[in-house]
Amino acid sequence: MRNIGRRDFGRLALASAVAGAGVSAGVFPALAQGANPIRIGFSMSLSGGLAGNGRAALAAQQIWASDVNAKGGLLGRPVQLVFYDDQTNGGQVPGIYTKLLDVDKVDLVTSPYATAMIAPAMPVVMQRQMCFVTILGAGVNTTFKYDRHFNMNVVGDNMKETFAKGFLDIAGTLEPKPRSIAILAVDNDFAQRAAESARFLARQRNIRVVYDRSYPPSTVDFTPTMRAIQAARPDLIYIASYPPDSNGILRAASELRISAQMFGGGMVGPQLAAFQAQLGPILNNLVNWDIFSVEPTMNFPGVTEFLTKYREVAAKEQTDVLGNYIPPYAYAQMQVVEQAVKRVGKIDQAALAADMHSQVFDTIIGPVTFSASGEWAHERNLLVQFQGITDGDLERYKRPGAKVILYPPNLKSGTPRAPYGTPA
Amino acid sequence: MEFDLSLLLNGIVSGLLLGGLYAAAASGLAVSFGMLDIVNIAHPALMVTGAFTVVVLGTWLGLDPLVVAVLQAPLFYVFGIGIYNAYHHFFEKRGDEALQGLAFFFGVMFIIEVGLVMAFGPEQRFLDPSYAYTTWRIGEIDLPLRMLVPGLFAMACIGGLFVYLHRSFTGLAIAAVAQDAEALRLMAIDPVRIKRLAFGISIALASMAGGALVVVQPVEPSSGQVFIGRVFAICIMGGMASLPGCIMAALLFGVVENVTATFFGPSWSPAVAFGWLLLVLAFRPQGLFGKAA
Repeated sequence: MRNIGRRDFGRLALASAVAGAGVSAGVFPALAQGANPIRIGFSMSLSGGLAGNGRAALAAQQIWASDVNAKGGLLGRPVQLVFYDDQTNGGQVPGIYTKLLDVDKVDLVTSPYATAMIAPAMPVVMQRQMCFVTILGAGVNTTFKYDRHFNMNVVGDNMKETFAKGFLDIAGTLEPKPRSIAILAVDNDFAQRAAESARFLARQRNIRVVYDRSYPPSTVDFTPTMRAIQAARPDLIYIASYPPDSNGILRAASELRISAQMFGGGMVGPQLAAFQAQLGPILNNLVNWDIFSVEPTMNFPGVTEFLTKYREVAAKEQTDVLGNYIPPYAYAQMQVVEQAVKRVGKIDQAALAADMHSQVFDTIIGPVTFSASGEWAHERNLLVQFQGITDGDLERYKRPGAKVILYPPNLKSGTPRAPYGTPA
Repeated sequence: MEFDLSLLLNGIVSGLLLGGLYAAAASGLAVSFGMLDIVNIAHPALMVTGAFTVVVLGTWLGLDPLVVAVLQAPLFYVFGIGIYNAYHHFFEKRGDEALQGLAFFFGVMFIIEVGLVMAFGPEQRFLDPSYAYTTWRIGEIDLPLRMLVPGLFAMACIGGLFVYLHRSFTGLAIAAVAQDAEALRLMAIDPVRIKRLAFGISIALASMAGGALVVVQPVEPSSGQVFIGRVFAICIMGGMASLPGCIMAALLFGVVENVTATFFGPSWSPAVAFGWLLLVLAFRPQGLFGKAA
């Protein structure tokens, strides 16, 4: 084998630089924009396993930047997004944030999508004492206890006691009263916390846990697992899964004709258009965690206009065509930054954090206030039920009625239908 | 979980069906890695590429994914020849095929994944055939056609390849190049040409496996990562260059995974399945159907 010489190393470095720039499209608009913009930096999963949600979030953030710039920018300065693809690899994230802060010298930072990508950014952001508005993290700040961290997620401070509450509250309204539950969760942080909540609350309500297992993310076939759950004959089936697995679980349940009083829980995937198109009526009566639905009770000011804009760009950007999951929250994440900067009147990280701790933010997903730990002061885990689904037509998801909100009571838009597993 | 005969039988049957998919994914690697000694770590990514083209062409033509997989196989054969030419020119010819060749296929894998995201976006893609949601029931045994049809398709493809390798002159030359490439020169056969042809066949098999994958599950650009460890393990357990060994190892892998998932939970499945690999190698280092050196 030939040793790498100095000239070879130079070529490799050049190739690496070119490859890096190629995936960081946000750098190029920087050259075209006006002088002295407010630069907001972040990494985002534009490839890899979380790219589906990452790209949708980015599209929403770009719409926000465009909206703000159309109104004259922030503090009279144009807004510019500087972003890099973290390839859904947490190992890339610290380097990206170091570059954003030390080389690109951005004014503000926001987070990549979700817990596994947010956590690696925290030490870098904390070291520079930056205010950090994150999206869809789950308990990241429990470990770091950073007072400038703010998380746009409905789960709130106490996931263990609240996350599965809606599911079990709804189950409590069914007749006959459910007496047993099966719990299945993928081996990742979010799902394990969701399963812990279901386990904790089920025991509190004297619901017997008859199946309680985890599965590795590399699982290909869910037929044996679902059959084992079926054999345990639970009244309730609580699943905490991620997108590729959610599809396999629901298809296996359909093939095995699994029926339960309630089926669902904390599955990530059924919120996305690709799932809804493929699974169609298999989703009927599924009761699942969610963060947004186009029901009249969630028609907050500006959200309809945002979704119209988003759906125009979604097809071109090859991302989730409906935008009923992450995009409104990604837009609202940037609205939090915008409103804090406007109130403070300058880029001052300490003042921004103080503002975020004390103020209410009016966003397209409703009013948001943060607790001392930076989570939402009041949890708002939605439990929605798919109702009346006859095929994979996505148009129905643009109107109320397909994804009915059952919980929380103040946003409720329909009544539960049981059991899962009967024809619509 | 208490023992239940019905659960055991269904675990074995679903494991055999899953093994069919694994066999489809691993058969191409049995040719490239097992016979040609080319560590094509990009093979699962190429399978996913095949799955994406199946979705696009199948949606456009309105054909069954498995039919499209067969129709597009010649294109993947040509693509495979192109990859081999690059590999041979830059690495094999210089004797750099071991570590640098591996790095080359790592690079190919990443380029394919990013390329798929750029071309198709990161969303899941699917193409459900008419039988995708049908399940046959024989007594207490469930046979979802989503798993059964791709499994049978895989067996047919591997059977066809087996006949070709054992009955045709070129097939025998491929088997010969796996044993002693230099000896082939003495018979006035260019081993590079034979290897090129064999590598093309392995990539055509990846395309067919892509068709099988689309029937089983929706695909996204990174779907291949789940299969990397499994297909190499199956190839090694089967005895590298042995197609019957590849099938047996794939079925064994599927059965062990699913029976373990049924009775002990899915968390144990990969550990037990790879434990079987170690056990097989401890008693038969050459694999189930491999020949001892």
